[in-house]
Amino acid sequence: MIELDNVAYSYDFGGRELFSDVSLKLSPGSFHFLTGPSGAGKTTFLKLCYGALRPSSGAVRLFGEDLGEMGRDGVALSRRRIGVVHQDCQFLDHLTVRENVALPLMVAGEDVTAEQANLAELLSWVGLSERADALPPELSGGERQRAALARAVIMSPDVVLADEPTGNIDWEMAQRLMRLLVELNRMGKTIMIATHDLGLVRAAKSQVQARILRIGGGRLQLAGADL
Amino acid sequence: MTRLADLLALVTGDRQADRVVPPTGISAWLTLFTAGAMAFLTVFALALSLAAGRLADRWGEELARSATLRISAPQDQMEAQTRAALKVLEETPGIATARALSPAEQRALLAPWFGPDLPVETLPIPQLIEIVETDEGFDPAGLRLRLQAEVPGALLDDHTRWRRPLVRAADSLRLLGWISIGLIGAATAAMITLAANASLAANAQVIAVLRLVGATDHYIASAFVRRFTLRALGGALLGTVLGLGAVALLPDTSDAGDFLTGLGFHGAGWLWAVLIPPLAALVAFAATRYAALRTLRELA
Ligand SMILES: Nc1ncnc2c1ncn2[C@@H]1O[C@H](COP(=O)(O)OP(=O)(O)OP(=O)(O)O)[C@@H](O)[C@H]1O
Ligand SMILES: [Mg+2]
Repeated sequence: MIELDNVAYSYDFGGRELFSDVSLKLSPGSFHFLTGPSGAGKTTFLKLCYGALRPSSGAVRLFGEDLGEMGRDGVALSRRRIGVVHQDCQFLDHLTVRENVALPLMVAGEDVTAEQANLAELLSWVGLSERADALPPELSGGERQRAALARAVIMSPDVVLADEPTGNIDWEMAQRLMRLLVELNRMGKTIMIATHDLGLVRAAKSQVQARILRIGGGRLQLAGADL
Repeated sequence: MTRLADLLALVTGDRQADRVVPPTGISAWLTLFTAGAMAFLTVFALALSLAAGRLADRWGEELARSATLRISAPQDQMEAQTRAALKVLEETPGIATARALSPAEQRALLAPWFGPDLPVETLPIPQLIEIVETDEGFDPAGLRLRLQAEVPGALLDDHTRWRRPLVRAADSLRLLGWISIGLIGAATAAMITLAANASLAANAQVIAVLRLVGATDHYIASAFVRRFTLRALGGALLGTVLGLGAVALLPDTSDAGDFLTGLGFHGAGWLWAVLIPPLAALVAFAATRYAALRTLRELA
């Protein structure tokens, strides 16, 4: 699905590399946690995975296609197969929650009215049926995270990448969100979650067969045993 | 081709896509106002240009018919002098044809003043010779000197000559009018580009969100382009209507002079005026599309 081959990245051209020699293959149906201290580059890594950033060296392949050879339209199209929960769950504040969740459908040119039933089902799945007509700034942190998750999966993507999906919500809500993500994985989706919350990772281990990656010191490593 | 398709899509519209860009913003009103004011100015420039054009054409035609030669002589010398004059004219370079008017034609010319029954043949009325110049024209001073010597009763009336510089002036005025319209169009494009850039910059966050959920550049650009094009069309419609109203309100008395009364729109002139709003929309479409695609390339 998503492959990284000897990837290095640095924000300023020719400057310090955030990480280098990173290789990873997300196979269909897999479940990954990406951990590491704040500032280690988790968000950056996910952005490379959905083509928002291009590697300084090495290759990124999205669904078998080399990112280096994809135009912006190509990236946009592949983005429809990758659901992203952004770290600060960006919404369009002038549209309702329902419309924000339906946004991927809209930009893909699909008929949103035909998808109303799906949309309602999805909103109730994340527990936002009541809040569907609210505007994003009126939502609580947890509600925003769940709306972001709903938006990430509306296109039935093959892959869901979630950046700190439990960032600013309480433990109970975090558990609830994790259960949703595990449920998605059981439906066959490939999942990768970036988080610095090791408690969350530990709690999830009982529910799902997950690989735990650790980013730090410029390297990506498998870290499983010590958790 | 895709541009044409885009333009059609604009007209048929995709309300849904329209909503993804926040509805208001100062730039939207700037566009409306700019397009309106520019359309208003265009109406005047157009009216000026068309009126100057009509004037140049009419005066130009009169110039082509141009001079007359009047021969006043005692009745018995009239025929001889007329023949002599015609001979001189024939030999003058720059004169295409010269023709003595028949008594019937002369009577017709005088009829408005003296009635139709004027006995032209018996009255001491000067004989008129109509001169048609070639494009190069003749040298009036030289001709006068020769006539003085050979046809003492001849008087060259080249009264339309003084209009020649006026025709040139009218022609320049017409050109200036069109140049103004071109400049107004360019200024409109520039201002709408600025407004579009401001709007795109103010909506960088919106663009980021749209990108995150898989919007193509084309989709994002269209959302902006559609908005600006429709605003420009609306503004230009308003401006054109107001401009036409103002032109229509100009005093319509014939003593206000040829030029001012000629300032209104006639016939095909209306067609030009009707073209202003769609042309403004086209300018806005091109300008916003250019600005949007360039900004999106830079934001990548
Ligand atoms: N656009 C940017 N330009 C320059 N440097 C950046 C940019 N974005 C992030 N960085 C830097 O890159 C490093 C990694 O950032 P990143 O956001 O990937 O970390 P993270 O692991 O996601 O941290 P957190 O857990 O706090 O979200 C940080 O030092 C950050 O300051
Ligand atoms: Mg981060």
